[in-house]
Amino acid sequence: MISTRRVLLAALTAAGTLASLTACGGGSGSSGSAGASSGTYIFWDPYPQLDASSPWGRLVAGCGTKAGVKVKRTAYDTTDLGNKALLAAQQGNAPDVMLVDNPVVSTLVEAGILTKTSDLGLDTKPIQKNIIGAGTIDGSAYGVPIGANTLALYYNKKVLSAAGVDPASVKDWDSLTAALKKVKASGKKGITFSAINTEEGSFQFLPWFWGAGGDLTRLNSAQGVAALSLWKQWVDEGYAPKDVLQNTQTTSWQEFATGSYAFGENGTWQLGNADKAGFDYGVLSLPARSGGSAPVPTGGEFATVPVQKDTARYDVSKKIVECLTSDANLLSTDTTLMYVAPTAAVQSQQVAKNPRLKPWVDAVAAARGRTSGGLGTKYPTISQPLWTAVQAALSGGKSPKAALDAAQASAQKN
Amino acid sequence: MTVTRVDRPPHKAAPAEVGASGLLPAQRRLRRRSRLTAFAFVAPLIAYLAAFYLYPLYRNLDLSLRDYTVRSFVAGDAPFSGWDNFRKVLDDPTFAPALRHTMVFTFVSIAFQYAIGLALAVFFNRHFRLSTVLRALFLIPWLLPLIVSASTWSWMFNSESGVVNYFLSFFGVDPVGWLTSPDWALPSVIIANIWIGIPFNLVILYSGLQNVPAEVYEAAALDGASAWQVFRRITFPLLRPVSAITVLLGLVYTLKVFDLIWIMTKGGPGDSSSTLATWSYQLGFGTLLPKFGPGAAVGNLLILIALVFGLLYIRVQRRQEA
Repeated sequence: MISTRRVLLAALTAAGTLASLTACGGGSGSSGSAGASSGTYIFWDPYPQLDASSPWGRLVAGCGTKAGVKVKRTAYDTTDLGNKALLAAQQGNAPDVMLVDNPVVSTLVEAGILTKTSDLGLDTKPIQKNIIGAGTIDGSAYGVPIGANTLALYYNKKVLSAAGVDPASVKDWDSLTAALKKVKASGKKGITFSAINTEEGSFQFLPWFWGAGGDLTRLNSAQGVAALSLWKQWVDEGYAPKDVLQNTQTTSWQEFATGSYAFGENGTWQLGNADKAGFDYGVLSLPARSGGSAPVPTGGEFATVPVQKDTARYDVSKKIVECLTSDANLLSTDTTLMYVAPTAAVQSQQVAKNPRLKPWVDAVAAARGRTSGGLGTKYPTISQPLWTAVQAALSGGKSPKAALDAAQASAQKN
Repeated sequence: MTVTRVDRPPHKAAPAEVGASGLLPAQRRLRRRSRLTAFAFVAPLIAYLAAFYLYPLYRNLDLSLRDYTVRSFVAGDAPFSGWDNFRKVLDDPTFAPALRHTMVFTFVSIAFQYAIGLALAVFFNRHFRLSTVLRALFLIPWLLPLIVSASTWSWMFNSESGVVNYFLSFFGVDPVGWLTSPDWALPSVIIANIWIGIPFNLVILYSGLQNVPAEVYEAAALDGASAWQVFRRITFPLLRPVSAITVLLGLVYTLKVFDLIWIMTKGGPGDSSSTLATWSYQLGFGTLLPKFGPGAAVGNLLILIALVFGLLYIRVQRRQEA
């Protein structure tokens, strides 16, 4: 008796210290807050930086008022939102409208918690095909993109001219590497990007991977190895700093913003910061291996309507989504978020207002969804081995070929 | 109701014994009431343990024994899959390195934390001027939120602009990729963890030293013992009980360290600083497509390891009480 009690006590002690690991246990009878009062609609988005008084916060509240309901908005961290949505759906209190990062859409569809836009009667025709592609599974769209962003190469004009590099000469990988060499010789730093071991690392690597002609279903192809070898060469030669392995896109931007880097691979959303950086900058599209623009991955969020028990709620949810994605509101939202609008009509308005957006609009037109092309929920099981391989190769733990071989083996197993 | 029958005195019992063990109905009622009262006092604790320990533990075990996909996670109809998740985890090429890193991380951390903590405790036990202030200052790592200390360490260890490499450059040392080289990532997080764990060891060992009787030291001084002999023959042996507890508690705490490693390296580069704790999180929450089953399985293995040390702790404590 005493010994069993002791064992139990020890188990509890051990378990208590590990409670953080068991956080995914569902709560017991938490009441469905969504259905508590029908006049209140629950709205989730991944923009914690925008509070209720921001234009976005006011827009969301305004769209609720227009639909005749009160919208309760909660902002989560992007990385957190997908899991929060799964847990909420398991508990039967998913939000009425939710904005999620585009590669998460296929996971949530797989979980069966999103409604089709066609069932709701939402019009997705004006949306560019490649942008909505990330949210299209088996021919049906499961959300409306609120805007798109993607990656390009920012460059520091002063650093380049001091090194004697003409930005127009950067057309393919070889000319870019040659430019980096000159910059290094001039005593400045070459390029910074993010190769962190999260989705961000894969997002930043994809333009090079695709730009070499790589295929996500065959990570260890010669093209894939070429892309990883390019990055590895830059790090080994000192063209790129070692800490790209720890860089998020934000810290990578901070490095570029110090003014000592010639190039920085970063996104549309940094344009606002670029104007504040205090030096003259330009934007190039990311070059493909043998010239031309590399296909870049699309970023940006989708407005989705999670499945509800009470289907009568869909009418209002649809009105809220329509309001958020109306042309006039898209223009103001995408201006706030520094996104490229998902429709041609709004894009031309954006470019008319700010000609600097032109290269970004072109880049978005050439961009691919990460989960597009039938990959869907296979993408996450490829992306994780891919970023692990990038890390292993750049840190010198493995050769690019060996790292990608291991990644392919691991991706195939899942 | 067997209890009442046992309590009833045997018929031929001596009158004196009836007074002791035979209870009148009123007394019996009183006893039952006091038992109920006792239970009422324990009930909140039992409810607390059930809600916050047993239920999550049960859920975690359930997660690890079922084949959860995102769909069946939401629908709640995941089929029972026995030990499949555990087998998958054990076969994974990440498992062996993660286990090795966990062990290295734990044991190296503990060894240094204990040695440095003990040295500082002995040092502060000499009660020099300002010793209290200094000792209080040593507690700072303990008081800082982990996100602050881990971010600071990660910044100090930065290979490009970190202060550690800057300092080393004065001695002509080439920049070290503390967090970006597969050889240095694990040592770097261990160094940070040692720094964080020293105050805990210092405080417990220092309070243990207060209990060592001064006469023993006086006797040793009269016998002409050297400082080392005093430490070796008196301080260390008399601290043994406290040391055992400190080390064992440290083991359980260090095994589950997750936030420090996650903030500093996320287990990278590659897998070179991933431990069972970070791997479990990585599986469950680190990708776009959560793998709850294998993640929970790794978590359970970690609980099992912690349990072994928990049992060891209880054994040691019982031996000390005896």
